[in-house]
Amino acid sequence: MNQVIRAEGLVKHYKEVKALDGLDLAVPEGKVLGLLGPNGAGKTTAVRILTTLLEADAGRAEVAGVDVAANPDQVRAMIGLSGQYAAVDEYLTGFENLDLFGRLYRLGRAKARSRARELLERFDLNDAADRPVKTYSGGMRRRLDLAGALVADPKVLFLDEPTTGLDPRGRVEMWEVIREMVAGGTTLLLTTQYLEEADRLADEIVVIDHGRAIAQGTADQLKDQIGGERVELVIESAANLGRAMETVNSFSTGEVVVDEQSRTLTAPVTGGSGVLVEVLRQLDSNSVKVLEFALRRPTLDDVFLTLTGHGAENGNSEQPQKKKVSA
Amino acid sequence: MSQLMWLAADGYNVTRRNLIKIKRMPELMVWVLMSPIMFVLLFSYVFGGSINVPGVNYREFLIAGIFAQTVVFGATYTGASLAEDMQKGIIDRFRSLPMTRSAVLVGRTASDIVYNVLSITIMSLTGLLVGWRIRTSFWEAVAGFGLLLLFSYAFSWVMATVGLAVPSPEVVNNASFMVIMPLTFVSNAFVPSDSLPTPLRIFAEWNPVSAVTQAARELFGNTNPLAPASEAWSMQNPILYTLIWVVVILAIFVPFAVALYKRAARK
Ligand SMILES: Nc1ncnc2c1ncn2[C@@H]1O[C@H](COP(=O)(O)OP(=O)(O)O)[C@@H](O)[C@H]1O
Ligand SMILES: [Mg+2]
Repeated sequence: MNQVIRAEGLVKHYKEVKALDGLDLAVPEGKVLGLLGPNGAGKTTAVRILTTLLEADAGRAEVAGVDVAANPDQVRAMIGLSGQYAAVDEYLTGFENLDLFGRLYRLGRAKARSRARELLERFDLNDAADRPVKTYSGGMRRRLDLAGALVADPKVLFLDEPTTGLDPRGRVEMWEVIREMVAGGTTLLLTTQYLEEADRLADEIVVIDHGRAIAQGTADQLKDQIGGERVELVIESAANLGRAMETVNSFSTGEVVVDEQSRTLTAPVTGGSGVLVEVLRQLDSNSVKVLEFALRRPTLDDVFLTLTGHGAENGNSEQPQKKKVSA
Repeated sequence: MSQLMWLAADGYNVTRRNLIKIKRMPELMVWVLMSPIMFVLLFSYVFGGSINVPGVNYREFLIAGIFAQTVVFGATYTGASLAEDMQKGIIDRFRSLPMTRSAVLVGRTASDIVYNVLSITIMSLTGLLVGWRIRTSFWEAVAGFGLLLLFSYAFSWVMATVGLAVPSPEVVNNASFMVIMPLTFVSNAFVPSDSLPTPLRIFAEWNPVSAVTQAARELFGNTNPLAPASEAWSMQNPILYTLIWVVVILAIFVPFAVALYKRAARK
């Protein structure tokens, strides 16, 4: 298949930090690749190299067959980028922002204007079109930023954490917009910290950690690898952890993760709420008191625990390290 | 279209964007214009009595100096705006577009000409109110204003370079203060340079701010031929000396700023 985005062995250092450590990527025409990883994994660095904003120390990258380092201008004419933070001008109105981008994409005055109106309509920003962006909410800014990436109707699109910082409703709306866009045949590279987001939007997922791909496959393949839903239990007494773990383990399809400090057990299961009820019943008859329980979809943290044995190391989180415990 | 035509078109669009910002934030202009007015009034009425300039009314002597000081300080805005655009990721957005590489800088410095025309107009009106007069021909006066704008344009590129090199607009403001204060005060802008101690006098005589001030004074007829400014070549040929500075500054800082822009990363 024709690979529209291709990266081979990308390496990028910032002083001692190895932001990218030999990353390979390939996105076929019209497909969506989800680059999934925690804060500091190297997602933004990869996007910046592919969109010509940054030069790699080693490796090569192509967009639609054009080398990003050798012919950056040609690449820029083909791509749309919406960065991790909305890069729209606060003092201009929504319309003026898109009109400016259209002119700078060299659509011509009339075309830039009509395209701006069209996108404002499509992104539900019509009412705010002539208000300075300063007055926009976070979600509106993100939508405007995304609209900015679409001004020239690019064949290839890069979205860096398009829903980070949005509330749950804003996130669902953004997913809707992205899905519509992709239905039109755009090739998309999307980065995210949310497994659910990658699952919903991407045809293929690359899990990245410390600048390297640690897993790759379709959402289903990845899920097979990491198991289905999780039961998560908080028990009352630390003394019962051993007994609780044995019980949970007998229902689990994978390994049970125990966090002793918070007396939390997490385990992959299949079978939905029925299993949860069984687990609770069994614990009850073993006299283990449960304070909280939940059945939830796996998160990025679960992916990392399964694949690497440690949680997703969020650059700035101070959560105690969770450990994988084999039964 | 040729490369140059695209540069002009892209530069025009960026200029337009910058001017919209001035329109949306009139308070910005008010504060910026307040300071030259304050300077005119302070120096005229507070220090004016104690500063003696042979053969010339001090207020006439002063205005060209305030012009020069204001356009040099105004360049700080160029640098601070670029640093702000970089901080907010706007420069990244521009860099991902298929526009001419130097257009952001060309547009930035061009919009600051508009801004300087505004501030020089306000200062001229204030000056006329306190007794400043142009005593030369129309064309000489035009040349005087033109030279001030040309010098300020060149200086904008210096501050553009600073703006791209530092992490935030606040740093531009502080850094420029450190450079511009001595540059404007150790000059002939407010006092005749021969009243200064020797090392400072020599610095003042060769300081480009003195040259553009002296050139403007001559072109507006605010000097006294019987009381020559100074023997130094720079002060005897202030117009030529200013033009040399303009050419040198542009030759160094345009390529420097463009190179920084190309490498600019969001800080
Ligand atoms: N401009 C920079 N200077 C120094 N280190 C950087 C810079 N940009 C990114 N890094 C470092 O590179 C690593 C990858 O960062 P990034 O690509 O932004 O990750 P992500 O987007 O996945 O959060 C991190 O450790 C980050 O601190
Ligand atoms: Mg990032």
